[in-house]
Amino acid sequence: MSDIVAFRDVKVEELKHLLSPRALTGETMLLNMGPQHPSTHGVLRLLLELDGEIVVNCIPDIGFLHTGVEKNMESKLFQQAEVMVDRLDYLNPLGNNLTYCLAVEKLVGLDVPERAQTLRVLLSELTRINSHLVWIGTSGLDLAAMSVFLYAMREREMILDIFEMISGQRMMTTYIRPGGVWRDVPAEFEPAVREFIRIFPARLKEYESMLTNNALFLERTQGIGVISKEDCIRYSLTGPVLRGSGMAYDLRKARPYSGYEQYNFDVPTETAGDVYARYLVRVEEMRQSLRIVEQALDKMPTGPIRSNNRKFIPPPRSELGVSMEALIHHFKLWTEGYPAPKEGVYAATESPRGELGVYLEGDGGPKPYRVHLRTPSFISLQAMPLLTKGHFVADVVGIIGSIDIVLGDADR
Amino acid sequence: MDEHLQPVVDALQARFGVAVHEYAGEVSLTVKADQIVEVCQSLRDDHAFEMLIDETAVDYYPEMEPRFHVIYQVYSMSKNIILCLRVPVDGTNPHLPTIETVWAGANWYEREVFDMFGILYDGHSDMRRIVMPADWQGHPLRKDYPLGYEEVQFTFNYEDVQRRKPHPKE
Amino acid sequence: MGIEQKAGEMGVITTTLEQVVNWGRTNSMWPMLFGLACCAIEMMAAQASSYDMSRFGMELNRASPRQSDLMIVAGRVSRKMAPVVRHLYDQMPDPKWVIAMGDCASCGGVYNNYAILQGVDEVVPVDVYVAGCPPRPEGLIHGVITLHDKVRHEKLKTWG
Repeated sequence: MSDIVAFRDVKVEELKHLLSPRALTGETMLLNMGPQHPSTHGVLRLLLELDGEIVVNCIPDIGFLHTGVEKNMESKLFQQAEVMVDRLDYLNPLGNNLTYCLAVEKLVGLDVPERAQTLRVLLSELTRINSHLVWIGTSGLDLAAMSVFLYAMREREMILDIFEMISGQRMMTTYIRPGGVWRDVPAEFEPAVREFIRIFPARLKEYESMLTNNALFLERTQGIGVISKEDCIRYSLTGPVLRGSGMAYDLRKARPYSGYEQYNFDVPTETAGDVYARYLVRVEEMRQSLRIVEQALDKMPTGPIRSNNRKFIPPPRSELGVSMEALIHHFKLWTEGYPAPKEGVYAATESPRGELGVYLEGDGGPKPYRVHLRTPSFISLQAMPLLTKGHFVADVVGIIGSIDIVLGDADR
Repeated sequence: MDEHLQPVVDALQARFGVAVHEYAGEVSLTVKADQIVEVCQSLRDDHAFEMLIDETAVDYYPEMEPRFHVIYQVYSMSKNIILCLRVPVDGTNPHLPTIETVWAGANWYEREVFDMFGILYDGHSDMRRIVMPADWQGHPLRKDYPLGYEEVQFTFNYEDVQRRKPHPKE
Repeated sequence: MGIEQKAGEMGVITTTLEQVVNWGRTNSMWPMLFGLACCAIEMMAAQASSYDMSRFGMELNRASPRQSDLMIVAGRVSRKMAPVVRHLYDQMPDPKWVIAMGDCASCGGVYNNYAILQGVDEVVPVDVYVAGCPPRPEGLIHGVITLHDKVRHEKLKTWG
């Protein structure tokens, strides 16, 4: 009876505080799901305790994508460390950049000009749509709706083309930098975004016509993975999961950053708290994000795209050819970096998955002393046992899809 | 300081004698390790701090004594205020009471702090490693743990690195 | 089809065994449905509508290693994941090939630290390395075509 193995080299005895007593006698079955499983959205491993086909307990095991980002960032300058955060939540690279930059700016006291703020808002909303598109595609795929995936990836390419236009990279742009953005957007940027705004609402209707009233989809999502508002708060869940349970909490409204208070948008909520509610919330969020994109594009102010604080921001390239001091200063900023005070700050943004926070501490030197990333996927995964209990194994797939995890985000 | 935050800080100061520090609009309180559960309980029940946003630790080895600071970010949704708590933890046999009983979400945060810093939580329901393999030696985010840098293979040292590198069988 | 003109009335074609087997192997190479990190998203994009990798006989992603010929290691491999990757590789039937997609899988990329394997070639033998962080879908498709080219020139005596 004690030779039942839960994970590789982990005896079931060691996990008995998480399993029911029936698992020890072999009465219920232990099933490993992942880390190589097409529906775990990466390398997540779930140990499921099954009574027939019903999930009795679920133990998530994460860390298969642990990258050591927090440790690695301690050995890099503030500017260099930024490339690491792109690759955390790889569906929300610009949002990660923004959060990190907000933390750096808060720590050293750096201002950001208006045009850069607007660009940041616009791009992080495009990133949100991009992330939700991958989500709608993959979670549709998990629930056997293949065509949504092909449709959603088509629109995603449009957004990636915009990112490539401004930064030269499709995904890991590192476009948002402390003090502003990397460089100004090209002239083709505005028409490309306008085209996207024109096309996208109709495309969104297409996805909805495939899923929202689809009987098969409803059967697989309604009443599945229900979580109450109180449980969400107890487990620190934020983002669409919390909003799907009826709490209108959005960081963009509650603690606005980058000038989100200037935009008109709604925070969609649903009360059911099931997979379907979270689906509805995300679809509506795409529509709201599109509204913000349009407003940002309309009000796009002219002016500098980077702070003029020369203590932290290198002089523009035009000065380097004519001024020796500017050249030296530029060189020193990029090789030695800038010092940050011996303080700790916490900055957070609303990522597509919930509250993404960066706790950043300086030590008087040019490198971060400690960076901690409060990532929403990590928190959401914690609620998996709660969400899956009493459901079929097949529904676990839908539930994982509905909390929209990114394992790079969870494991860091 | 925020008008909602001031009474909370005053109340905690009067009851627990916490030290207050303010920077860039953020307020952090230094709390003694044996008081942390009570402070959290009081924050949740008396001051409507419903949510634990974040819990992490910082290692100040070798400059500071005590070596670790455990940092909590707690948030009040109804008042929309955020408060930071700092708990100094001694480096020899580091341990701290768990606040899992106050906010259930602390479970995984504390497992992560244990995994990365080796701080044990007394009374925690599931004190296992979370991200590193179960048989891993050491706690990676401690300052005395090496980053683990490996030499990068370039043209000039290609042969050298190639010889040392592990090569798998087909 | 065009083949009937070549085969003529008799329905016979003459070729070498090497050629026909290699032709078969290249044109129905089934990758394993297995993503690790960022590159997996670009791998998905390569298989989706705009890039459509099925043009090269790769539309069928198998979720089981038992049914796949090609392993695309898409993303960084952590020390915790490395045994799993090797285990998956061992489960694949011969002949099998590996593409290391992206900088992290090729050489560790920007992550040079305790947690990340400095190149997946430390645990599995790699046939093609695709550079980029992450590589564009075209990059991956180029890598696949390079692999096809390699397979097409394999010799009878080296068949595993």
